[in-house]
Amino acid sequence: MAERILEIIQGPIFSRALAEHLRLSVAALVVAVLIALPLAALVSQSPLGSLLAINISNIGRAVPSLAILALALPFLGLGFRPALLALTLLAIPPILINAAIGLREVPSSVVESARGMGMSGLQILTRIRLPIAAPVIFAGLRTSAVQVVASATLATFIGGGGLGGLIVRGLQRNSPEFQLAGAIPVALLAMATELGFGGLQRALTPKGLRVGSRSRAA
Amino acid sequence: MGDEPLIRWRWVRRNWSDEILPALGDHIVLCGISVLIALAISIPIGIAITRYRRAQTPVMFLTGLLYTIPSLSFFAILITFPGVKIGRTPAIIALVAYSLLVLIRNTVVGIDSVPRETIEAARGMGLTSSQILRQVELPLALPIIVAGIRIATVSAIGIATIAAYINAGGLGTLIFRGIDRDFPTQILIGAGLATLLSVLVDFGLLAVERWLRPWSRRAAARAA
Repeated sequence: MAERILEIIQGPIFSRALAEHLRLSVAALVVAVLIALPLAALVSQSPLGSLLAINISNIGRAVPSLAILALALPFLGLGFRPALLALTLLAIPPILINAAIGLREVPSSVVESARGMGMSGLQILTRIRLPIAAPVIFAGLRTSAVQVVASATLATFIGGGGLGGLIVRGLQRNSPEFQLAGAIPVALLAMATELGFGGLQRALTPKGLRVGSRSRAA
Repeated sequence: MGDEPLIRWRWVRRNWSDEILPALGDHIVLCGISVLIALAISIPIGIAITRYRRAQTPVMFLTGLLYTIPSLSFFAILITFPGVKIGRTPAIIALVAYSLLVLIRNTVVGIDSVPRETIEAARGMGLTSSQILRQVELPLALPIIVAGIRIATVSAIGIATIAAYINAGGLGTLIFRGIDRDFPTQILIGAGLATLLSVLVDFGLLAVERWLRPWSRRAAARAA
């Protein structure tokens, strides 16, 4: 069985599915970041705005991922783009929640002193608030990334491709080899994403803390 | 799809009692059983690793890895095990495995949140360590454990929809049948009810959690 699995993994069906899976996941994450970060910066201007964004995102997180993908179907039909849209919608809430919380929790004394030093609003955002909030934002990014890689497995149900296709093919043909040739790489990919982003988050934290402690001392 | 209306209410009425309600019931039972089994495993493990700190890191790492396995992949791997057939069994195994991380973590955090002085005071009153655990630590940890149950249940409700693909039943059945038949009504009802269920459970258990916090209970008693 192991030989047959390796054979499938070396074949063209697998490499195409893997490429689709990665393309779908990376694209969804990038688009989600491009939407969620500016939105978080915007809503963090007012307490009501961030409260609203956090609560709406929390409700959004309650929608099952299969539901989001399946709901794209009646509106957008089958294929890569509906799957991409659904995965992007799925990836936004964790990033938005963490970025909104991270930006909100930057001590106001730090922001005040930056303003006192003559920094503009944009400079305060990019040089002070974003670096201090970075570890929290990265934690949200990590949650999103793992969720997107996992949910991209379901894209196959709406014709979006990805490694889930091999699992489904295996289940339909009663072929454990195909099932595992899809399932094991997906599981490894998700774990690698978790560990990789975890490492990035840790690598970022000391720097963020340095910024934090230095400004607290000042 | 063209002129197909988004929801055909006639279909909903006609299939309410013999397709939709049973699917909802199956879903609740599937998630309920899984979270209860997970609790029965997690609370003893959680208590144990507050006593043997060295086991904490490996336990959290292992349950963390289980948690990252995508559900469809988890189901597919479980089915290849001898003796595990498609149906409820692999679904329950996976749902239990997913719940372990948050339930164990919250048990540990809950017990750790009990102030040292409280435990010292209990010991001073002559309570044995098992009495302290049952009468002091666990009751005080309860709100945080319930918070864990809430997160675990909400995510189980979402993941269980996917389990319908391996014939575990539940609301996912409606979603997959709707996709197969290209029938938006069925998809929307399945997805909508699953969302509604998780939002209701989320709010419901949040209310329980708040009620369990001693200070809010005291405030409520004063108000009454």
